[in-house]
Amino acid sequence: MKKELRVIGKPVPKHDAGIRVTGKAVYGHDIVLPGMLHGAILRTEHPAAEFTIDVSQARKLPGVVCVITADDVDVNNIGYKRDHPILKKGEANCTRDEIAAVAADTKAIAQEALKLIKVKYKVRKGVYDPFEALNEKSPQINKFISGKFPNKNIAEVFHYEHGHLEEEKKKSAVTVTRRFSLPRMTHTCMGTSNITASFNKTDGKLLLYSSTQVPFLYQRDMAHALKMNPSDIRVIQPVIGGGFGSKLDMHPFEPICALLSIKTGRPVQILYSREEEFIASPTRQPMIIDLTAGADEKGNFTFREINIIKDNGAYTSWGATTPFVIMQAFSSLYKVRACKFDATAVYTNNVFAGSFRGYGNPQATFALERIIDLLADELKMDKAAIRLLNANEKGEITGQGLHFETCGHKECLETVIEKAKGKRQKHVASGAEPAKVENPRFKNGIGYASMLHVGGGAKIYRSDGCGTTSKIDPYGYCTIITGSNEIGQGSETVLAMIASEELGIELKKIKVINTDTDVKPWDVGVHASRTSFVAGNSLLGAIRILKDKLNKKASELLQTNDPEFEYSDNKIISEKTKTTIALDKVVREMHFSEPNELAIASFFYEPSSKFQDKDFKGNVSGTYAFASQAIEVEVDTYTGNVKVLDIYVAQDVGKVLNPLLLAGQIEGGILQGVGYALTEELLMHEGKILNPNFHNYKILTASDIPNIHFYPIETNDKQGPYGAKGVGEAPLIPTAAAISNAVCDALGVEFLELPMTPERVLKAIHENK
Amino acid sequence: MKKKQKIAQRHKISFKLNSKDVSCDVKASAVLMDVIRDVLELKGTKPGCREGECGACTVLINGSPINSCLFLAINAEGKKITTIEGLTKEDGSLDIVQHELVQHGAVQCGFCTSGMAMSIKGLMNQHEKSNRGAGKNKKGQPSREEIKKHLEGNLCRCTGYVKIIDATEKLFVKEK
Ligand code: FES
Ligand code: FES
Repeated sequence: MKKELRVIGKPVPKHDAGIRVTGKAVYGHDIVLPGMLHGAILRTEHPAAEFTIDVSQARKLPGVVCVITADDVDVNNIGYKRDHPILKKGEANCTRDEIAAVAADTKAIAQEALKLIKVKYKVRKGVYDPFEALNEKSPQINKFISGKFPNKNIAEVFHYEHGHLEEEKKKSAVTVTRRFSLPRMTHTCMGTSNITASFNKTDGKLLLYSSTQVPFLYQRDMAHALKMNPSDIRVIQPVIGGGFGSKLDMHPFEPICALLSIKTGRPVQILYSREEEFIASPTRQPMIIDLTAGADEKGNFTFREINIIKDNGAYTSWGATTPFVIMQAFSSLYKVRACKFDATAVYTNNVFAGSFRGYGNPQATFALERIIDLLADELKMDKAAIRLLNANEKGEITGQGLHFETCGHKECLETVIEKAKGKRQKHVASGAEPAKVENPRFKNGIGYASMLHVGGGAKIYRSDGCGTTSKIDPYGYCTIITGSNEIGQGSETVLAMIASEELGIELKKIKVINTDTDVKPWDVGVHASRTSFVAGNSLLGAIRILKDKLNKKASELLQTNDPEFEYSDNKIISEKTKTTIALDKVVREMHFSEPNELAIASFFYEPSSKFQDKDFKGNVSGTYAFASQAIEVEVDTYTGNVKVLDIYVAQDVGKVLNPLLLAGQIEGGILQGVGYALTEELLMHEGKILNPNFHNYKILTASDIPNIHFYPIETNDKQGPYGAKGVGEAPLIPTAAAISNAVCDALGVEFLELPMTPERVLKAIHENK
Repeated sequence: MKKKQKIAQRHKISFKLNSKDVSCDVKASAVLMDVIRDVLELKGTKPGCREGECGACTVLINGSPINSCLFLAINAEGKKITTIEGLTKEDGSLDIVQHELVQHGAVQCGFCTSGMAMSIKGLMNQHEKSNRGAGKNKKGQPSREEIKKHLEGNLCRCTGYVKIIDATEKLFVKEK
C-alpha cells in the first residue's frame, strides 16, 4: 500500500533543540556529583625520553586525595592493537604520554599538585619521520606489539588487488605518477573531552558519564583495561559537544579517571582544557600517498597502483584501519579495471591519529581526484567529460565486490556540472585559450570531485546491528529505547519522525531514550554514517511487531478484519468499515482485557552487509552513498589567499528524511572540508605540537563561508528506511579535492599537498613562473 | 571590617543577573564565566576555550556581548548581566532568537548555541539602540556580510554557520 508520507521528508526542527537552545542540556562539563573530586593528568615534557618519577611531594599537598603512576595500578594496555599503556612506565614515546594523575578537592589543587611531581628525564633522539622509522637502524618505538611484520616499526599493513595490473598498464595511453602528502587535522569539538567516573566500592560497580560514540564497545574495552566484568560498568552518555569521529577510540584519560575513582571511592571528573584538547585528542591520519594511474586513449581508467605510508604515531588507534575505507575509494570510485593497493602504518614518536569524519576517504579522494585532472590534462580531455565517462552505475559490482544496487554517481556529476556551467574552467586542456582575465591579481578556477562512501553501515566489527525497544503507554505516548546514539547529528529526530510516521502519533508525544547501557539494547555505535540507516531499520522492525499486536486488538474492537489499519491522528482507522478507535484506548484494552499484554516490542536489525574476506573483497555495506562537488575559487595572486566562492554539491542520499537536518549535515561537513583544504594543520616539530590553540590553528568562521548550493539526489534504496542512505560523512570527503583542483585550474600550477595556505599558494605561483 | 589576609583577597560584588539581584564573594582573579557556572550554578554558559577565542561563553553585559571567560567578575559590579537562562522567558517560552535558531535547524551539538544566541541578541540590541530616536534616519536591517562579521568571534564546528546566519537574517526581517 503506497501512501503519502506525512512526517518523513518534512523540515522538522531537531527533536532536542529546545533543551540545547535554552542552556538546559547537561554536557559532561556540567555534571556535578556529591563529593566529586577533580582529576588532572601529568604528561611527559619530552616526546622521546626515559624518566623516573617522584610523586611524594604531590601526595602531601592538602586537598590532594590520590596520585597514581604506572606503579600504582594493575591494568591492561588499551588501543586497537592493545599496544598502548594507560600510564607509561619509565619511558615516554609521544608528547601526549600520561605519566601520572592526580585527584584533588578542586581543579586548582589538582593543577598545583601536578607541579609538585618531580620527573627526571633522559632525553632520547626521537623518530618523527615514518620513512626514517622504517630504516633498520632506527630503534623500536612501540615495545608492546607482537612483531608479526618484517619491520619492527610497522603497526599494520593492508594489501588489496583486482584485475590484471601489468596488462592494463600496457593498454594505457597515458600514465601519471605523483606523491601526495596530507596533513594532521584535528576535530576541535567545541565541547572538550571529558569524563566523570563514579565507583562504588561496596558493590564493585563503575558508573561512567562518558561522551563515547560507541558505548557498548567502550564498555568492553574499559572492562578489559581495568580487568573488570563489562556488565559491572554502566556507561551513561551526557549531551555531547561534537563528535566527528573523535570519540570512537577510548583514550587513556578515561580509564585513568576510572582508576582515580576506584582508588578513592569517590566520583572523579576530568575535563580537558582547550590546549589539552589540541595536544591530546586524536587527529586525522597524516599520510604520504604514492599513486600511479592510467587511462586509455578514450579516457577510460585502466589501472591504479597505490602505496600509502601512514604516520601511526606511537600507539595504534582505530585510525590504523582507515585503509579499509581508503581502498574502497581507489578500487571502486569511477570504474577502473585494475587496482593494486598497499598501505603501511608506521610507528613514530609523533602523536597518534584516531578516526575523523570520512575515515581516510578525504585523503584518498584528494589524491585520486587530483590525478584524474592530471590524466585529463595528458589526454587533452575535458575534466568534466572524463569523469562522466568513468562514473559508476547502478547495478555495478566493482572489482572489490561492492554492489551498487542504487547509484546516483552519474546524476550527481551531471547535476553539478550543469549547475556550475558558465563558471568555465580557465585552463581547458583541449587547447582552448584561457578566458581573458580582467584583473590579473585575482584568478578564478573551477574544480570537480566525487566521492564514494559506505551508506548503510560498514561491517568492521562482528556485528553492525542495532537493537530497539519501543512501547506505547496507556496515554498514547510512544517511547523509543534505541541502541543508537545522538552526538548532535540528529538521530533522535529521525527516529522520532519514523515513529510518528508509522504510528500516527504526533512528534511531541514521542520520547527517545538512548543514553544508558544498562537500559538500551546493543548497538555498535556512531560511525560509518550508519545511524539513520541501521537504527532506522531497527525501529521499523520493532514498530512492525508492535503494530501486529495493536492490529489484532483493533480488529476485535472494531469488529472488522482489515489486514492493515491506517494509523493517523492518534487513532487506528479501518479503511474497510471507515470506523476509528483511539490508539491509547486500544493500548489500554490490550493491557486490561485479553490478551493482557503491554504495547511493547523489541527488534534487532543486522544489515545484510558481509564481513569482508582476508583479501578485502565482498559487499561491506548495505548501500553506498555518492556525491559530487563543483567548486569555484578566486585566488589572490598577490597574497596567495584562496576564496571559495560557490560550492555546487549533489549527493545521493537515497531519500531525504528531513531536509533541514540534511542541509545542516551538508553545510557543516563542507565547511570542515574547506578548512582541510585551506587552513587546518596541526604543526609539529620533533614530536611537539606548535599550535595548540584556536589562534594558531584556524578553523573557519562565519565570515569564511562560501555559497553552498545543494541538490539532493534520491535513488530510493530498497534497503534503507524509506529508501534513505547514510549522509553524515559524505559532504566533507570531496571538498578539499575539488578546491585543490579549482586552485590548480585558476593558476595552472600543481598542488600535491594540503592545506593550501597563502604561503604555499605564493610558492606555487613563484615556482610556476 | 577586619578580615584575615586570605579572606581579604576576596571581594563582594553585586550585580543583576537575568533581572535578579545577586551578590557573591569572588577572588580578584576570578572570571565571570566561572562565577556564573560554578558559584551561581547556571551551566548554560559554555567553556569552549577559556582563551577568548571561541565565543561559547558569550553573555550580555548591559546588553552588549562579551566573552565571560576573559571578563573579571569584579568588573561586573553594578552591571546588568544576561545569560542564556535569562533569554528564555519567565514562563519557559523561547525568546525570538532561540525560536529562530531552532526553526532554522541552526542547532546541532548545541555547545556553541548559548554563545551564538547571546551574540545575536547583542546585535539586535545594538541595532535597536542605534535606531532609538533616530526618527527617519533609521538603519535598515544589517546585511548578511555585517551579520557574518558580527558572528566571527563565535566558532561552531557542526553547522557550517549557514543556518545560524539565515536565522539571524530572519530576525531582522521580522523586527521591521
Ligand atoms: S570560552 Fe570564552 S571565548 Fe572560548
Ligand atoms: S552546534 Fe556544535 S558547535 Fe555549533
